[in-house]
Amino acid sequence: MSAATVRSATAPFLPMLAKQSWAEFIKLFRVPAFSTTSIVLPAMFYAFIGLGQAKQLMGPPGSVTFGEYFLASMAMYGVANVMVLGFGISVANERGQKQDLLMQSTPLPPIVFFIAKTISALVIAFMALVVLSLLAYSAGGAHLTSSQWLTLFFRSMLCSIPFVGLGFGLGYIAGPNSAPAVTNLIYLPTAFASGLFFPLHLLPPFLQNIAPYLPLYRGAQLVWDSVGAPTEGGSITTDWLWMGGYTVAFFVLAIWAYRRDQGRKFN
Amino acid sequence: MQLENVSKRYGEVLALDSVTLAIDPGEVVAMLGPNGAGKTTSISLMLGTRKPTSGQARLFGVDPRDLKARSRIGVMLQESGVPGMLKVDEIVGLFGSYYPAPLTVPEAVAMAGLQEKSGSLVKDLSGGQRQRLYLALAVCGNPDVLFLDEPTVGMDVEGRRLFLQQIGEFAAKGRTVVLTTHYLEEADQLARRVIVVDRGHVIADSTPAEIKSRVAGKRITFNTSRPMGPSDFAGLPVSSQLVADGRVRLLTNEPESVLRELFRRGIEMTQLEVAGADLEEAFVAMTHHEAAT
Repeated sequence: MSAATVRSATAPFLPMLAKQSWAEFIKLFRVPAFSTTSIVLPAMFYAFIGLGQAKQLMGPPGSVTFGEYFLASMAMYGVANVMVLGFGISVANERGQKQDLLMQSTPLPPIVFFIAKTISALVIAFMALVVLSLLAYSAGGAHLTSSQWLTLFFRSMLCSIPFVGLGFGLGYIAGPNSAPAVTNLIYLPTAFASGLFFPLHLLPPFLQNIAPYLPLYRGAQLVWDSVGAPTEGGSITTDWLWMGGYTVAFFVLAIWAYRRDQGRKFN
Repeated sequence: MQLENVSKRYGEVLALDSVTLAIDPGEVVAMLGPNGAGKTTSISLMLGTRKPTSGQARLFGVDPRDLKARSRIGVMLQESGVPGMLKVDEIVGLFGSYYPAPLTVPEAVAMAGLQEKSGSLVKDLSGGQRQRLYLALAVCGNPDVLFLDEPTVGMDVEGRRLFLQQIGEFAAKGRTVVLTTHYLEEADQLARRVIVVDRGHVIADSTPAEIKSRVAGKRITFNTSRPMGPSDFAGLPVSSQLVADGRVRLLTNEPESVLRELFRRGIEMTQLEVAGADLEEAFVAMTHHEAAT
């Protein structure tokens, strides 16, 4: 067979991406353990912690209520939760079942696979935000202006991007059995230390000192700012820069972990 | 499809040792060999899912990792997994979208004989149905070349028969099929060319009939009271002999004449058995034979 006999055609990119994204989405969505924890959990925490004191003001009259502040906290928690926990664990599981073996021999470009996975996770993160916002609006008295709502959604979604990298990275580093433990061990304490469950000034001083270096804290600052809650440490430009840095770092980690995994299996 | 002087080493283990072979369009080729012979490694190198340690693999004249080459092949692999939470028709449609000119979903599902399970979740399929799903995924891109790595492992007799029939129909359309197996009957039934691999070497490459005549098909075992050595079997058409603890094991294609001669030489035997040699034994005999000539 000579090179000349190779058909120039490969499958068109966009339909492939659309189908793959849809498949990745229903794959995640049909697993109740994933879809409920991802979509319902942030709202549940909001109901447990936020609703009781939702009307309480966070500062002088005219400042944000706890209900609004905690909406922002849970928004950040919820989107990153989808990426790190759900996503990281599902990547590790798929590797455990050797699903990558068959994918490797199909003409699906790996980049389409990754973009599709990211899209599916973003959609689920968005659904978690919608459920949380409906609860905060109807029961938590969070009455934001429309531009605040937009900013809240926009920044939460944007701040979930670095965690896509972290989720991929952990999914390729951790084995299928250790993934749930590893991701929880990393995610829950950092969410706590970033002030997502209790405002930072209520936490022990050593946690307050660690917080500024945590990506969840930097993301949360941006989301708190979107509902008009005060942020710490000057302008939010610093937070944007930190998030940018984390995005680069986590994607470098993801690429390194992916290559390491591929090298082991396919060389 | 070509392997040119290809070697593959995993750490200390040399899985393939300077293998050169070419498969032409329209051929139906079986790679036959015992476990660990290098069949799966050969397939992986042809597919580009593993890199050769030395030498090169070509698919349609280009690097097998080239997406254009991959768009023309379909693959069934051992031990690969598929997402359990997709339905059969969904995943077949999904895989079809990876290829430039796929079959329709019903066509691909029908080729694998999986019509009645089309709407089931993959995780609910039985082992045999799962193998059929893998076949559907392999053919859904309407490939020119089908690679099947031990496709009938874990299937019952009826399932295997149907499965081979379906692959035969695919091959009848002038497509190329490369399959690995450790069943000689399977190779015989489907392929017009058999490549025998053992310990990383191609030890035979010809028609199924020719291979069958060369591998020792029968095993003779018996107990004997007196010590026996190679001289006792001199001139007999045996391809392998083993004497241990007073029990003798011979591999041969002519058990009748071997026994007639042994009786004529006055050898006392008890607990005589003549049985079909399994392939592993037959290959061992074959390699020894090759080494001797």
